[in-house]
Amino acid sequence: MFAPFMTDTWITASIVAVIAALVGFFVVLRGAAFTAHAVPNAAFAGAAGASLVGVSSLAGLGVFSVGGALLIGLLSRKGRHDAVTALIVAFMLGLGALFLSWSTEYAPEIYSLLFGEVLGISANDVGLTAILALACLVVLAASYRPLMLSSTLPEVAEARGISSLRIDLLFLTLLALAATMAVPVVGALLMFSLMVGPPAAARAVTKHPAPAMTLAVVLALVTVWIAIAASYQTNWPIGFFVGVGSAAWYLVARVSAALFHL
Amino acid sequence: MPGFLQAVFEPGFFASGPVHAALLTGAVVALISGAVGVFTVLRSQSFAGHSLADLGTLGGSGAFLFGIGPLWGFISAGIAVGGAMDLAGSERRSARDVSTGIVLGAVLGLSALLLYFDTTSSSTTGVTITVLFGSLFAISGYTLPATVSFAVLGLGLLTLLYRPLLLSSVSPDLAAARGVRIRLLGLIFMITMGITVALASLIVGTILSPALLIGPAATALRLTRRPMAAMAIAGALGTVATWLGVLLAYDSYHWPPVGNGWPVSFFVITLIFAAYLGSGVRFRRAAQATRRTPHEVIEAV
Amino acid sequence: MTGTSNEIAPRGPENVLALDEVSIRLGGRQVLDQVSFALAAGEFTGLIGSNGAGKTTLLRIVMGLRAADAGTVRVGGKPLTRRARGVGYVPQKIQIEPDAPLRARDLIALGLDGEKLGPRLPSRQRRATVEQMLDAVDATRFADERVGTLSGGEQQRILIAHALIGRPRLLLMDEPLANLDLRSGQEIVELTSRVARDQSVAVLLSAHDINPLLPVMDKVVYLAEGRAACGTTDQVVRSEVLSGLYRHPVSVLRVDGRILVVAGSTVTADTLPADTSPANGERANGEPLAVQA
Repeated sequence: MFAPFMTDTWITASIVAVIAALVGFFVVLRGAAFTAHAVPNAAFAGAAGASLVGVSSLAGLGVFSVGGALLIGLLSRKGRHDAVTALIVAFMLGLGALFLSWSTEYAPEIYSLLFGEVLGISANDVGLTAILALACLVVLAASYRPLMLSSTLPEVAEARGISSLRIDLLFLTLLALAATMAVPVVGALLMFSLMVGPPAAARAVTKHPAPAMTLAVVLALVTVWIAIAASYQTNWPIGFFVGVGSAAWYLVARVSAALFHL
Repeated sequence: MPGFLQAVFEPGFFASGPVHAALLTGAVVALISGAVGVFTVLRSQSFAGHSLADLGTLGGSGAFLFGIGPLWGFISAGIAVGGAMDLAGSERRSARDVSTGIVLGAVLGLSALLLYFDTTSSSTTGVTITVLFGSLFAISGYTLPATVSFAVLGLGLLTLLYRPLLLSSVSPDLAAARGVRIRLLGLIFMITMGITVALASLIVGTILSPALLIGPAATALRLTRRPMAAMAIAGALGTVATWLGVLLAYDSYHWPPVGNGWPVSFFVITLIFAAYLGSGVRFRRAAQATRRTPHEVIEAV
Repeated sequence: MTGTSNEIAPRGPENVLALDEVSIRLGGRQVLDQVSFALAAGEFTGLIGSNGAGKTTLLRIVMGLRAADAGTVRVGGKPLTRRARGVGYVPQKIQIEPDAPLRARDLIALGLDGEKLGPRLPSRQRRATVEQMLDAVDATRFADERVGTLSGGEQQRILIAHALIGRPRLLLMDEPLANLDLRSGQEIVELTSRVARDQSVAVLLSAHDINPLLPVMDKVVYLAEGRAACGTTDQVVRSEVLSGLYRHPVSVLRVDGRILVVAGSTVTADTLPADTSPANGERANGEPLAVQA
């Protein structure tokens, strides 16, 4: 499984895991579970459209994801999850199914975009993924403190001039970019697990942000590596290992926390 | 005129057996979905619909391994999970939070595995599509009478329990004070919701079934204040969306790419979405006409 | 310590509600301790006590939603069954979404037949009855609005109408004033008193502040530390009586016609509970004292 053609996969998957875990940390912190479900579905539609048009997947994905994320996120700002957002998400999924139905590889394509694909990244995209990831990391590092403050104490942040709207937009963009990278690898339906599972597990074990984020990244990397290796050996879908693996970490973390009174 | 009609209804539409089955199934499922959807929104249990749908994915994927149709997988999951969820005491306002999401993620992962087995073990391709995006044109055998029976059963239950269900949805205390057995009622409703989500999954697939449950209901709620009327409107909207969806999907065989046909579920969901957006215009106008504008409403609450 | 009860209202079959030594223990605490009192037809009674004093528990027991550990409850002379017939209930608040499809008149109509199975056939008689109730609680102008969009006070009116449309003999209200501003609270108290008098309904209204009820109350049941004292305001809301309930010095102050209950005493050790047992419970002016020790 360490053959040359797999190198891209290992690299991409690792990058994806790191970014997903970091963004996922803030998803858990901000209680944005609904948005974290919705955005990958928008990415699904984008990927479907892009594969149809033949555009390099990531470009099409990126545009659709960011647009969809901002739309969904802004509509969810009122607090109550309107029927609008749920219907938009459903519409995106339907649109994705439509695009894929026009291609010749309908069933396999749907499957890999929803449940992940070991060989989901082409050589061209590795570079782009790396650049995107770097950009995410830079933005995260630069805005870490305002982001943390706004996520934990929004009113205090506002009082100090940190506009919660701008933080929302920032967060949604990061989420969209993470989705853009992750959906081809782990699938739209399982991205939530990868994004939220490791950070939730980490938070169950420690409340301090730095250790939690580090642990989340480590868990995500391990999950993804095991998933790739296992998927390569058994041919079973990557999404299965990601979904079950994330849940397993979460369970272990919760049990440990209870047992050791962490 | 005949030329126009022929353009709208491609030849063979009214004679086609699968089309008949699709129209009938679509109608009964839309009716029960609308009625149950209104109550789901009333009881703020939309999240339960999503959970039921995801678990239905597991049921549907598993059913194929045993060589039985997806409906039975959906239904078993719906009844079992619906009952379990109620017994586990799912809270009324529990949002789709992290723990539930992670558990459901594992369920979806497991479904992915089962679907993989389905596609490799049998020669049936398109299992993924059938389970996730529906199979309205593939209704055959016992599925049609079974679906109709379940839908009629569900509608019968709702008619019988209409008043106590309405009262207990508004205030469990008020209902309990009148001797209504609210725990039993809640359990029956959850199971009914499980059955409804299963039926909806047959038409538009598990991923989109929550939209069929909530979409027409949410639209109906903007158009009327009466409970009965809301259920009727939701059912009617769902039926129209489904029938138009069937028609457009049939016609789309002649649209590019020719010979393929666009997915029914796409049409149904898009029409439901469009109906909701369209109702927004009327809703805002109507709200301005009465003494309560949307802003006053928020403040009053 | 058991005390003999010395009720103001005579025990008799005409009592709409009669509690006899009702006790219940919850979460390690004796929430109600041998509570006894009776309400006669048409009486407006305030159930006063601070938060956590057991008011809601008592109401739920009377409604049949919870079983007491000991004691009996009689509604209209008959022991309580699973469903208390002839009892109307107004909860403190209901949780309902603003867009929920239920008009005010729909909720009121459910007060007639909300527990019946099967479809409801349209009935002119029912429509007329609902209109009457809407008029009685002055809610006609928002009869067709969604319940979820009504203000707190408007919702209370609808809930009162819902409770009274079945012509109960007893109306239970759980802290209706808790979430209302002063003016709305006053309106609700006056409205309830008026409608209850029109329909000869006995009212048991729980509150933590006695003052809004002073104009309309016939009797008060004061609940503290699980123990209850029942009588008129002048009889019950006195430093000695309340100190006896709390087993702690309590002073009752009257300012401007309002009542203020504060901890701490202007009462000396000589006038604490031992002196107010029923055996020598006559006051200097001959008024009997009704107290549970």
